[in-house]
Amino acid sequence: MKNKGSVFSLIPYYAWIILFVIAPILLVGYYSLLDLDGNFTFANYKQFFTSVYLKMTLSSFWYAFLITVFSLLISYPAAYLITRLKHKNLWLILIIIPSWINLLLKTYAFIGIFGNKGPINAFFEKIGLGNQQILFTDFSFIFVSVYIFIPFMILPIFNSLDKLNPALMDAAKDLGASRITTFRRVIIPMTMNGIKAGIQAVFIPALSLFMITRLIAGNKVITLGTAIEQQFLVTQNWGMGSTIAVFLIIIMFIIMFLTGSKEKGDAQYGKNK
Amino acid sequence: MERISKGAKFYLAFVMIILYAPIFFLIFYSFNSGDSMVNFESFTLDHYKAVFEDDRLLIILINTIIVALLSALFSTIIGTLGAIGIASMRNRKLRNTMLSMNNVLIVSPDVIIGASFLILFTMVGIKLGFTSVLLGHIAFSIPIVVIMVLPKLQEMNNSLIDAARDLGASKRDILTRVIIPYIKPGIFAGFFMALTYSLDDFAVTFFVTGNGFSTLSVEIYSMARAGVSLTVNAISGLVFFVTIILVLGYHFISIRKTKVGVRK
Repeated sequence: MKNKGSVFSLIPYYAWIILFVIAPILLVGYYSLLDLDGNFTFANYKQFFTSVYLKMTLSSFWYAFLITVFSLLISYPAAYLITRLKHKNLWLILIIIPSWINLLLKTYAFIGIFGNKGPINAFFEKIGLGNQQILFTDFSFIFVSVYIFIPFMILPIFNSLDKLNPALMDAAKDLGASRITTFRRVIIPMTMNGIKAGIQAVFIPALSLFMITRLIAGNKVITLGTAIEQQFLVTQNWGMGSTIAVFLIIIMFIIMFLTGSKEKGDAQYGKNK
Repeated sequence: MERISKGAKFYLAFVMIILYAPIFFLIFYSFNSGDSMVNFESFTLDHYKAVFEDDRLLIILINTIIVALLSALFSTIIGTLGAIGIASMRNRKLRNTMLSMNNVLIVSPDVIIGASFLILFTMVGIKLGFTSVLLGHIAFSIPIVVIMVLPKLQEMNNSLIDAARDLGASKRDILTRVIIPYIKPGIFAGFFMALTYSLDDFAVTFFVTGNGFSTLSVEIYSMARAGVSLTVNAISGLVFFVTIILVLGYHFISIRKTKVGVRK
């Protein structure tokens, strides 16, 4: 494909890459080396390696891990079942629509649902469990996050399942594989790219959510994202905020590397359309 | 295709209910004449009226729409040109590098984008407000446009371009009369995605907006932090309605597009 576009038409795009992709990362790195007065220092990094911040990072990881696992466990069967349905594309749209409703609104809904006098507590009282504090707990944070991420997990998994050639399943059956064996040895490996894409789409945002922690978990759960927001907008300590951001960026690249799919594999297994 | 079992249907129905229940819960209480999401007293449209009578809220709504439309427009133009550029790269390594660069902002957490843009805008000296929010939205929408347009370019047959050139088309003609018409569905999808990205964004806007300027997401956040207000419920009713219309509209247009545009 040569000479498709002239050099000039690419200038805005290159400018975008330099200004909004490369420069911001460099700036975050630069600011992480500054203290509150703008002097050069490694103090922020020293502080990050104290127990307070390490504990926070670990707990943020743990929450993100739980959120990803639960989303995957709920989404995989759902995506699988949708591919078997007659009007699968319509069903897929129905799954995606909630993801287009503003995140804040969905989170806000749970303030009412999990509230002290909300429907869940009304139900608890009816079955004799009594009033429970649901809002501002770990549970509510994980539940709401999983709720929000389910469509983002279903979508890539659905796409990879949908590309799967049904003949492979038939072949496995003919060769004597049980349903579980077929699932474990054929379906899962061949949809690995979808699973990885889903994990990537959930795990990284789960590390960095801050509005859900603020609205649903009170200040009980502090994720890396919450800490960054706190440092930037509340404490106004951009240096420390940038240091946490640097680590979040590093983690992000590690996860991208681990879950990155090879281009070739994807095309090879694709059903020829 | 094998039939799926009752249990499976039940499971899917369960997932669907979980996905939609909170949204309908919100909308249900938007018609509550009481002032909380607890007891439904009687039906009223007062909260919807309140949305439309609140000038401040209306201005925020208009701001949100203007930012979304403008950012979608600019990011579609820049992103489409970028996609054409990437597709025309012959060096495989360079192309993959460009693609990874492109995808950085897609996988970056919102907080990182927001925080780093805040530093950038402050350093360059752009006043926080409409301009910074618009620039931010354009910036994070460009890569998604590229992602939507690129597959169309890759499936395009090169002989189309060769044929056009043999027939004497100039570079400009090839771009405007061969390439762009062919990748139009991708451009359209890109524009639509950029629009929804912008409408949906909270975190980036939250970081780069100043005191005087607000979008709907940021406003909802501050309202929700202040406590339950059924005005927010009314807003969600309206947002849901508009979303459904957009989705249906997009769906029908893309169906018509594929029906008209089948070339195979």
